[in-house]
Amino acid sequence: MTLTYYLVLAAILFTIGAVGVLVRRNAIVVFMCVELMLNSVNLTLVTFARATGTIDGQIMAFFVMVVAAAEVVVGLAIIMSIYRTRRSASIDDANLLKY
Amino acid sequence: MSLVAAAADTTVQLSGGETVVFWVLGPLALAGALGMVFSRNAVHSALWLVTTMLCLGVFYVVQEAPFLGAVQIIVYTGAIMILFLFVLMLVGRDSSDSVVETLRGQRIAATVLGVGFAALVGAGIARATQDLPVIGLAGAQAEGNIPAVSELLFTKYLLAFEVTSALLITAAVGAMILAHIEREPGTRRTQKELSRARFLTDRPQTHPGPGVFARANSVAAPALRPDGSLAESSFATGTEVQLPDQMPRPTGREQLGSPDAALGTTDGTPSGIPGRQS
Amino acid sequence: MSETLPAEGLLGWSWLLIALPLAGAAVLLLGGRRTDRWGHLLGTATVVASFVVGLLCTFQLAGLDEKSVSVDLFTFISSGDLDIRAGLLYDPLSAAFVLLITGVGSLIHIYSIGYMAHDDGRRRFFAYLNLFVAAMLLLVLGNSFVALYVGWEGVGLASYLLIAFWYTRPAAATAAKKAFIMNRVGDVGLALAIFLMFAQLGTTDYAGVFGEIGTVAGGTVTAIGLLLLLGACGKSGQFPLQAWLPDAMEGPTPVSALIHAATMVTAGVYLIARCSPIYDETPTARTVVLAVGALTLLIGAIAGCAYDDIKKVLAYSTVSQIGYMFLAVGLGPAGYVAGLAHLYAHGFFKAGLFLGAGSVMHAMNDQVDMRRYGGLWKKMPITFATFGLGYLALIGIWPLAGAFTKDAIIEAALDRHDTFGYLLAGIAVLGAGLTAFYMTRLMLMTFFGRPRWEDGVHPHESPVVMTLPMIVLAVGSVASGFLLVSAFPLSDWMAPVFGEPEEAAHVIAPATVLLIVTVVSLLGIALAWLFVGRREIPVTAPVRVSPVTRAARNALYADTVNESLFMRPGQWLTRALVFVDNRGVDGAVNGLAATLGGSSSRLGRAQTGFVRSYALGMLGGAVLVAGALLAVTAG
Repeated sequence: MTLTYYLVLAAILFTIGAVGVLVRRNAIVVFMCVELMLNSVNLTLVTFARATGTIDGQIMAFFVMVVAAAEVVVGLAIIMSIYRTRRSASIDDANLLKY
Repeated sequence: MSLVAAAADTTVQLSGGETVVFWVLGPLALAGALGMVFSRNAVHSALWLVTTMLCLGVFYVVQEAPFLGAVQIIVYTGAIMILFLFVLMLVGRDSSDSVVETLRGQRIAATVLGVGFAALVGAGIARATQDLPVIGLAGAQAEGNIPAVSELLFTKYLLAFEVTSALLITAAVGAMILAHIEREPGTRRTQKELSRARFLTDRPQTHPGPGVFARANSVAAPALRPDGSLAESSFATGTEVQLPDQMPRPTGREQLGSPDAALGTTDGTPSGIPGRQS
Repeated sequence: MSETLPAEGLLGWSWLLIALPLAGAAVLLLGGRRTDRWGHLLGTATVVASFVVGLLCTFQLAGLDEKSVSVDLFTFISSGDLDIRAGLLYDPLSAAFVLLITGVGSLIHIYSIGYMAHDDGRRRFFAYLNLFVAAMLLLVLGNSFVALYVGWEGVGLASYLLIAFWYTRPAAATAAKKAFIMNRVGDVGLALAIFLMFAQLGTTDYAGVFGEIGTVAGGTVTAIGLLLLLGACGKSGQFPLQAWLPDAMEGPTPVSALIHAATMVTAGVYLIARCSPIYDETPTARTVVLAVGALTLLIGAIAGCAYDDIKKVLAYSTVSQIGYMFLAVGLGPAGYVAGLAHLYAHGFFKAGLFLGAGSVMHAMNDQVDMRRYGGLWKKMPITFATFGLGYLALIGIWPLAGAFTKDAIIEAALDRHDTFGYLLAGIAVLGAGLTAFYMTRLMLMTFFGRPRWEDGVHPHESPVVMTLPMIVLAVGSVASGFLLVSAFPLSDWMAPVFGEPEEAAHVIAPATVLLIVTVVSLLGIALAWLFVGRREIPVTAPVRVSPVTRAARNALYADTVNESLFMRPGQWLTRALVFVDNRGVDGAVNGLAATLGGSSSRLGRAQTGFVRSYALGMLGGAVLVAGALLAVTAG
């Protein structure tokens, strides 16, 4: 048992989140997948903090959480306003920005 | 890397208990992540994600970061996921994904790339860190985790911390602006105007509430008049009218069918329960 | 070079010389129809005033010890190392030209009052004439090559405008374009010469250039000399750029007299005389000048023998006479003064001849074909007399002007004391004989013989306003040669510019030269009498003629040569370039644009608007980066 397991777990979680972003269409679920990716990064930061014996990694994880909270607030507000105008929470329906 | 070399002999061995925790919670976290991606229902996805986040919170605690673990559980699984569910409620939980993928090859490409990415990054990390010495935080947080974190946060990272407050206030204001519905001044009618308008109609009194006889608590159930006919003025907007008899019953009941059956008979019995008079 | 002094007294006002006609042109051109009634009077008055100023300035100059005065006006161009002050240089050479330009110009302005009396565009005509006089004065008065160049282009512009004065005639418009384009060829040479001077010496004013020219490498000086010669050839209608001058006769006759006989076409001679310090350094360029002069002299004389158009004959005569002047200034110090004297005399008698021709045309309803003239001496006695004096002066009958000045050139050529000099003298004598032949032919066809007039033509003498200038010019043609060569030698006046004349040891005594030239001229006259005067002149030119005549009628195929050597290849080149441009350049550009457009519209399809597609691309990129990192660290 070494810290490598934590890191590999974080990598797998990150990838699952990324694949979720790619395959899910519900904007809220996509957002959850993004949160999952952020969480997996946090796990990496905490693990490395432990490995190197410094607290800085934990501070970084803390800041990531704060930024994620802000991002969720704004993102969900955006989803709501999109839903209000388009009556849909599918990100495929918001595809006007194209050629 | 001199730090690593110097600390090589101070490597902390991971305890057996931690190994057990990892092998129990690690698969659970993975299962939560996969469940989130594969659930068709967004609420289920949220619950699966909560599972994963809880597992990660435990991992933080195990990895000598109890403060972060608490924050993870309180802020993430508590506040943020509630926010998600709240928005889900606003948007409507029925807006679940259809199974059909509209973008050609998206799923296959996503799967292939995901597997490739996981393999590459996982292999890279494993290769780079397999011999990584673990120094542990016993020295760094001798007086406890929270004093150590707060000391660093309010000295070295003070500026970032203060800037974060600006970020949060900006996000709050931004969310308010985005969620706010702007009305033209004067378009919102006052209580007095509303009342006056109501008394000019044929029916100044209130509409009857749905489910008046408590046979169902759904908005879809209409009210009944004393003669047993449907009170059209009680129909909810936006939903199909459903009589309680036609409603699907919650699972787990022994008797499917009319809820009245559970209430017993209404014929002339002195139970006092109001029933339908034929 | 003698010392140049800052101007004092009246000479400080010599800029008025240019300003007066320029103001006249501006008033006439900007004033529009309001000036129609008195415009011609204003135009004439400014030039006459200019002449008076010129006279006074010249008198003052004659009284000075140092006969070179500069007038600094203002900074014209200041850019980096290039700092050009606009200024005037009043010295004997420019003074002589100022008097010629303003004097002959005044006479021709007066003549034009009568000649253009019935033309709707008279005001415009006088405006252009004034513009010409101003530009020509700037040309001769400027104290730097840039000022000269400005005047040079100004006279080119005025010449173009005046040749195309009757712009509704296709022939006039074409002739104007031809003159303008051929002048451009020469102007490019002049401009390149000025660039070369600035590159080598860092200055373009006369004092700087002539003072430092000795320090420049010989090859460069030769290049400058040849480029200046190219410019001079373009402006003066010399070989190989002579073809525009006869066509320029499409303009009104006073224009032909002033611009294309007396003044503008002699600008080339002025340029070479002014640049004598440069040519002193380069015998090669000087030899080329000689060759050009001699060749042009013969070409002009031969072509003059065959034309029936009175103005074209005079035009080729001009080409030929300017060839004499080039020959003279090409001879070096011995020839400068001779050339300038001939220029002066030519200014008088050729202007007089053109005015006479104009008078004849005026009487004959603008007929220019000499085969339709004949017997006019009785009808137009004054014109005949003045024309006759000009004729005698031109062919060099002693004691009229041409005899003195032309003989001086031949003597100067003989004084080279080498085979080339004798050859040149021989050509000049031959040219004199040809001149006598074609001018006699012109006289006989115009004034003598049986009248061959068209129906309805009633010849009459011209009004006084036209005959007076002709009389004055005739007096000039009679007297100028004697005055300039013997009585008040031009060489003394020009001494500050070209140095004191040397008494050369003459190979053949001047009297003998005079005798030879006179005999050859008389021979030419006799031949003309034999071929033209004795016989009846057909009204239409005979078609079956000898190849020599045919060649002469085509001006020795100068236009054909120009067309086949320059115009056709130019057209082919243009067509080829247009083809290359349309198919090659445009094709490449359009093809590139089409390729880019097509590929971008295809690539644009990748931008579907689906966020998930973009995210897939990002993940693909991340996989690539991760793979690359791993490959680098593992490898």
